[in-house]
Order: sequence, then C-alpha cells, then structure tokens
Amino acid sequence: MTKIDAQGLYYRDLNQKIREAVAAGTTEIVLDNVNGQYFIGDGINRPVTIAINGVPGNDLAAFMNGATIVVNDNAQDNIGNTMNAGKVIVHGHAGDVLGYGMRGGRVHIRKDVGYRVGIHMKSYESNKPVLIAGGKAGDFFGEYMAGGVLILLDMFSDEPEKPKHGFRFGTGMHGGTIFVRGGVDETKLSREVGVFELTDEDRLELEGYLKEYCNDFGIDYTEVAKEEFVKVLPRSRRPYGNLYCPMPR
Amino acid sequence: MTRELKPTHYFQKDISNCGLTGFISTAGNLVEGNVIIKSIALMHDRGNGLGGGFAAYGIYPEFKEFYAFHLMYESGMAQQLTEEYLEQHFYIEHHEEIPTRRTPAIANPPAFKRYFVKLLQTAEYNEAIEFQNMTDEDVIVRHVMGINNGIEGAFVVSSGKNMGAFKGVGYPEEIADFFRLEEYKGYIWTAHNRFPTNTPGWWGGAHPFTLLDWSIVHNGEISSYGINKRYLEMYGYLCTMLTDTEVVAYTLDLLIRKHGLTPELASLAMASPFWDIIDALPEDERQLLTAIRQCYGSALLNGPFAILFASNEGLIGLNDRVKLRPLVCATKDDFVYMASEEAAIREICPKPDKVWAPRGGEPVIAKMQPGVI
Repeated sequence: MTKIDAQGLYYRDLNQKIREAVAAGTTEIVLDNVNGQYFIGDGINRPVTIAINGVPGNDLAAFMNGATIVVNDNAQDNIGNTMNAGKVIVHGHAGDVLGYGMRGGRVHIRKDVGYRVGIHMKSYESNKPVLIAGGKAGDFFGEYMAGGVLILLDMFSDEPEKPKHGFRFGTGMHGGTIFVRGGVDETKLSREVGVFELTDEDRLELEGYLKEYCNDFGIDYTEVAKEEFVKVLPRSRRPYGNLYCPMPR
Repeated sequence: MTRELKPTHYFQKDISNCGLTGFISTAGNLVEGNVIIKSIALMHDRGNGLGGGFAAYGIYPEFKEFYAFHLMYESGMAQQLTEEYLEQHFYIEHHEEIPTRRTPAIANPPAFKRYFVKLLQTAEYNEAIEFQNMTDEDVIVRHVMGINNGIEGAFVVSSGKNMGAFKGVGYPEEIADFFRLEEYKGYIWTAHNRFPTNTPGWWGGAHPFTLLDWSIVHNGEISSYGINKRYLEMYGYLCTMLTDTEVVAYTLDLLIRKHGLTPELASLAMASPFWDIIDALPEDERQLLTAIRQCYGSALLNGPFAILFASNEGLIGLNDRVKLRPLVCATKDDFVYMASEEAAIREICPKPDKVWAPRGGEPVIAKMQPGVI
C-alpha cells in the first residue's frame, strides 16, 4: 500500500506521484488530505484501488480503464468522463455532468447528484456502463443518453424537501435505460422518452446492479427493493431525425 | 531534407473557466482578507492571470457614513480632472492613495486612490432632489456614470458605503498581494479569478463590477449583453467597462433599488424559468412569473452564468436557469459560503454544517441579521 499526503500538493505533482506508484506495481493507494486536486485517476489502466480522503477536484476518473476509486467524502463535477472500465464509489454527493460519454464500468454515488448526469453515456456489445445515484438528481438526467444504465434511488439525500429529479429528464435520449425507484414525475420528462414497467429480465438485471451498489455502501438491499422501480426508455433511436426536414425512415 | 515542425499548441491542458468564491458572516463577524485569498487561490487554475478581484464589506467602519469612492487612474490628467469633479460635487472627508505593495507579478499598474465623500448641496444637487425626483443614491449613480463616461482614463472601481472593490490584471492572489488585502477585515467577501473569453483582460474589466454598494462577480457569458445594455441605457446607466458582467450590477440596482423588487423577484427576472415551466405552475405563481417575464424581458440574462452579488444587506448566489456554470453553497454557524467548487469552501471551512448545489435559477440568499450593522 502506498500512502500519499496531498496536503497543499499541486494537482500535477499529486498525479505524478500516483502514476509513479501505479508504475511501480502498487495495488492500493491512499490519498490523505485531498482538496480540489483535478484529474485524479485519469487514464489509469491497471486494477489499482485509490482511496481518497477529502474532496477530489473536477474530472475525477476520466478515461479511466480498470482502476477503482473510493471517495470517502463528497466529490465535484465531471466524474468518469469517457471512462472505459473500473469503478468510482463516492460516499457523499457529487456534482454536474457525471459519466459524460462513459462507455463502461461503474459510478456509484451514495447521495445527491447535479445536472446532466449520465450525459451521452453509451454502450457497445459487452461494454455497458452503469451509474447509480442514491439521492436526488438535477435537470437533464440522462441527457442525450445513447446506451448503458442510469439508476436513481432518491433514498439518501441531504435535501429531503427537494423533488426527486429535475426538468428535461431524458432530453435527447436515444438509447440505454433509466431505472427510477418509486416512479418519475411525468410532467418533467422530455418528449423523447416514455415510462414502462419492468420485465422479469429487467428485474434480474437491476437486482444485480443494486446488490453491487448496496455492497459498496453497506446498505441493506431489502430496503432498496421495498419500492417498485419504473423504466424510462427513449421513444425513438433518432429523436431529431425530423427536426429540420422530414426524413425517410 | 528534414523540416523542423514547430508545435502549434501548448499541448498540456490549460484548465480555464473563471472561478468565484464568497462568504458572509450574517452575525457581522469581521474576517481577515487572508481567508478569502486562501479560498480563491485554491482555484488558481480556473483563471489565466488576466484578471483577479475582490469585494469587501465592513472594511471602513470609521467612514461608514461616507460613500467610499475607489478610483483607478490611467494618467495624471485623469486624476486631476476627476479630483476637480469630485471637489465640485462632494464634501471630501478624507482621501488617500489605496495602499499597494510593489510586486514583480504586477508590472504596470494604474494609480489607485480612495475618497470618503458626502454629496454637497450644490444648485445641481438641489435641482435633482427637488425637481427631478431623484434620491441621493440616484445622484451618486449619475456621478459614477459621469466620471466613467466623461473622463478619459478615470474609472470608479467602487462607490458604496463601508465597502470597497480591489481588482486588476493578474491572478487573484497576486492582486490581493498588490492591494495588501490581508490588512483588511470584512463581514462579506467575494473574489473572482478571471479567464477572459470575449472581452479584453484589462484593469477595469476584472471583476467585481460595482455600483453603490452592489458588487458582482461572475463566471460565464451574458449573451444578452446587447439587449440588457440598451435597456439599461434608457434608465441612464452607461456601460463603459467593455465587459458583459457590468450589466448585471446595473440591472440589480434598477430592479432592486429603483423598482423595489425583492432580491428573490429580481433573480426570477434575470434567470426566469422557461414558459412551459411557468405555464405549469399554480395560478397565482403563474401570473406573477408571467408578469415578471413580460415586464422585464429585457433584463433577462441569457447565456451561462454563476454569479455572486453582494451589498451591505447580504450575499446572493444565482445560476442561469439550466445551470451551465457550477455553484456550490455551504453553511457553518453564522457563515454562508458560495463558490465554483466545493473544495474552495472546504479550504476555509473544512467541516461545514451543510453543503449543497443550488438548482439553476434558484437564488441562494444570505441576509445580514437585523441590527448587526
């Protein structure tokens, strides 16, 4: 195990140290006193585990390919941009634009998430990214989503008075699946999506994702499973095909 | 023959966004400048050295009855003309150079002076009060516009009571060093780290932008600048700072001080919900928001923004309605913090009572407790 004290360390110097530790074959890295350092875990393509004590800066785990990051506090914006494989676990809340263009791996957030979460997530064959938010979400949840799975639980929030999710839900969505515990507010859905009941196959798939999530946070799965989920899917694979002039199907 | 190819880019990523941070002690506790410097310096990489600035409230208790004019001069002539102008219209209780420190980071600063003033009862003043239905604040606004627009090379950096703005070209921590901000104490502080995109990085273009005791720091772009500017011109506000953010300061003055809107309603005018969302609201809310949008269409700020605006009354944070710029808030005892990044808050308040990200268009309002100032 490698311990790095990030107190006052410039982000470049911190990331240099992390890379050196990974190159030297460390499998476990603990970062103490992190506060705001950008780009932690970016492009790391070995199965190391990085534990972060403190609030990491923006662009955590971008292009990450196989590493695991555990944030024992809150996290900021742009987690898992174009992430390929691996996992990010955040024990607090997280910010906007999570999982941008994510194409594999897992992002597990315990509490609330911000705007544009899951924007343009995609999947290809066996690569299927899954992003789970345990609290509430801002507007544009699943914006331009092209593949993968987004799950919203509304169970662990610091702002219980706020609505479960924001407006423009699924704007531009044309692929992938969103599961929402306890239903969605249909007045806030974009025109591109519809609400469906889960099939037996869906339930099985969802259970797998949620059990992994519960395991990461020490949550009792039966609590999560107490409420029914709905499934939000795009109505079309080409929602804007006729925006400027009608096109042949 | 081999040809040497020069790189066309500096290939390391240049992080760039603009950063802002601010806090208020609603109980009026005075905080040293070091604290805000530490917070904004954490977000050093959000700017590029072409603008940094601070607004501080509660820093001139010995002159709190006087308007504190911070002036920036690009020439001796500008100073001479401005001082003649000030003497003509104001009783000047005290004036001095704003203390600065020579620092290698700041190469060619303009000159800075401050004046603690009251309006003189000139014939022009009496005319304005008695026959033009103006208040003292209106007269101050007219003089600020008069100096900024009429005297080449002179700019009013701030003009409120018991507050001041300190800004210039450099990283914010360099500007703080230049202005010796560690020597001031205030109950509200805001700070800005600039990455200019559309407009020049010059001393007057750094944030905050101010008028009376309003100050604004802003991350984003006011795409509706042209509409807002023309609208404000109808009410006598002249935009002279070559930067979009200026319109926000004047819009707040118009909406809140002149038209008597609450900060909540003014925020709804500037970051109004979309029509389909308004139409889905309960009837009286729908009518109110419809009226606001119809009446203040030209005050709507279009484009991405996160702003902090402060006055002696309090501190307000506001995002554009679809939240295209980051804003995080936190509370701890009598303090409220607002910043572009949570880390900037945690740097000066490691264990807040509550941390949250406000929704787009939803103002976060922290008012001074009654009677503390």
